[in-house]
Amino acid sequence: MFETLSDRLTSVFSSLRGKGRLSEEDIATTAREIRLALLEADVALPVVREFIAQVKERARGEEVSKALNPAQQVIKIVNEELIEILGGQTREIRFAKNPPTVIMLAGLQGAGKTTLAGKLAKWLADQRNTPLLVAADLQRPNAVTQLQVVGERANVPVFAPEPGNGVGDPVEVARQSVEHARRANHNVVIIDTAGRLGVDAEMMRQAADIRDAVRPDEILFVVDAMIGQDAVNTAQAFLDGVGYDAVALTKLDGDARGGAALSIRHITGRPIMFASTGEKLADFDLFHPDRMASRILDM
Amino acid sequence: LSSDRLDEDAWEEIEDTLITADVGVTSAAQIVEGLRTKVKVLGSRTPDEVRGLLRQELIAQINPELDRTVLTGPHGDRPAVVMVVGVNGTGKTTTTGKLARVLVGDGRSVVLGAADTFRAAAADQLETWGGRVGAPVVRKDEGADPASVAFDAVARGIADGADTVIIDTAGRLHTKVGLMDELGKVKRVVEKQSQVDEVLLVLDATTGQNGLRQARVFAEAVNVTGIVLTKLDGTAKGGIIIQVQRELGVPVKLVGLGEGPDDLAPFDPEGFVDAILGSD
Ligand SMILES: Nc1nc2c(ncn2[C@@H]2O[C@H](COP(=O)(O)OP(=O)(O)OP(=O)(O)O)[C@@H](O)[C@H]2O)c(=O)[nH]1
Ligand SMILES: Nc1nc2c(ncn2[C@@H]2O[C@H](COP(=O)(O)OP(=O)(O)OP(=O)(O)O)[C@@H](O)[C@H]2O)c(=O)[nH]1
Ligand SMILES: [K+]
Ligand SMILES: [Mg+2]
Ligand SMILES: [Mg+2]
Repeated sequence: MFETLSDRLTSVFSSLRGKGRLSEEDIATTAREIRLALLEADVALPVVREFIAQVKERARGEEVSKALNPAQQVIKIVNEELIEILGGQTREIRFAKNPPTVIMLAGLQGAGKTTLAGKLAKWLADQRNTPLLVAADLQRPNAVTQLQVVGERANVPVFAPEPGNGVGDPVEVARQSVEHARRANHNVVIIDTAGRLGVDAEMMRQAADIRDAVRPDEILFVVDAMIGQDAVNTAQAFLDGVGYDAVALTKLDGDARGGAALSIRHITGRPIMFASTGEKLADFDLFHPDRMASRILDM
Repeated sequence: LSSDRLDEDAWEEIEDTLITADVGVTSAAQIVEGLRTKVKVLGSRTPDEVRGLLRQELIAQINPELDRTVLTGPHGDRPAVVMVVGVNGTGKTTTTGKLARVLVGDGRSVVLGAADTFRAAAADQLETWGGRVGAPVVRKDEGADPASVAFDAVARGIADGADTVIIDTAGRLHTKVGLMDELGKVKRVVEKQSQVDEVLLVLDATTGQNGLRQARVFAEAVNVTGIVLTKLDGTAKGGIIIQVQRELGVPVKLVGLGEGPDDLAPFDPEGFVDAILGSD
């Protein structure tokens, strides 16, 4: 397989021995290597460009020319810049002053929303919350059944007044769920929605209608870590179509490098809040930007 | 763009088009290099002509000559057996349902095997599809051995004199050795009764460079015979299949164009390339 960026840069700089400024040629070579590494990690092209401009500028500066090991110094800069974009601090859920706190999930088909709904519910319940799962995907075959099974496994009640498979109005279900939660003393409501494409205007409208019906405290954009260059289009389409406050990255248990994390964060400014790392309910964690930076760089 | 000479920006634009379609940075650079050489040899070209050459080159890379037939016809008293595999959430169950729909529409009888006994309500989902398209589903309880479900589905297909048995399997990441072994076992157990005619690897068009790794490992584990590229109805182009086809020689046979029962189509190399080039 490919050498790591770290290996590559070390070889780029092998002829250099500290001191002296990096020549423009050195910097260009460095930039090419970084570009390659980022694109292989599926970082979106426009993000790669901006990122490299930033790193180039710092590479021309004193911190590199004065460094004993310029390669390591450049890597350090790249790493710092990555972490900076990825969000530095981990962000926590904002709970509503007047419960229930409403969390709505949205994303492409198959991203991992329903699974994440269960994980989040369990995670919140473990912290002594009383979540309610809401089956507002009435489209995908047996999405309601799936959420019911997930709820059972998580030991969290599921609000599912409609059978789905094309029957029922998801906006109405979402609206009722908040009233139900208030009556039954659930302090958090987690709304699972159908997968949809950014280009599907009708389905995006539906997501916006659900949003307007329940005014969520948090909308989470759920995205598969394996996504490629389309992350840009999709992240923007969901931002324009329904809007979101934070991102949950799924399927991080695989070997995808996850450049999408960087792309989405950079393009939308929305922080990545959760990492989903498996099919089981417990495979879930807060997102750690530093771990992600090393993963993208393959270090 | 000047009409007699392409500047560096124009070449870069071509490379960018390929990269943003998930063709891969190294592949994209190679394609552009090849194109530049060709243009040099042929003499100066207008941007339109270069575009034509690029289109030709991409189509050639996809190799329109490859046999993309999906083997679904029975042999003797045995139904054809099709296995559907891939990582989580790519569209395996949906593709199974859509494929059954096509076959039933052609007057064939189809049995579906719900060998995903792991994911919540996976068998229910397949059963809904079976009901929609008119194909019986063989299933067992959650947690049952997937190989035994697959075996039973094929046995049922043979007993019923069905034309085709399609086995839906659980999504699994290629990095999970145990789950990949399990998949190998499903196939071997089926082969005790019948050959497996097709192993369709379902790749999601939104997948980036990881798609190649997926394909490598699945091909190794169960000898993939065809790719189904799903979710092409979105903005993603699915360019990773160029590397997959080139490296593994496994053709893309079908594409998924939506969530409905009729949203499955044969792969069309020219249409695929035109979508990448934004000229469709
Ligand atoms: N390996 C792995 N699989 C995951 C993860 N999250 C979800 N999955 C799997 O991905 C597949 C799709 O997950 P779902 O939760 O059904 O996805 P969804 O976004 O609700 O899908 P739709 O409702 O059809 O749009 C299932 O097989 C899940 O088990 C993860 O973090 N790791
Ligand atoms: N837009 C679009 N959605 C699709 C397509 N194929 C499948 N889907 C959707 O993608 C989601 C996942 O599809 P499934 O068929 O459940 O995927 P799977 O591979 O069986 O998932 P697991 O069994 O959980 O691994 C569902 O919401 C499907 O409706 C397609 O071609 N286009
Ligand atoms: K497309
Ligand atoms: Mg779902
Ligand atoms: Mg499935």
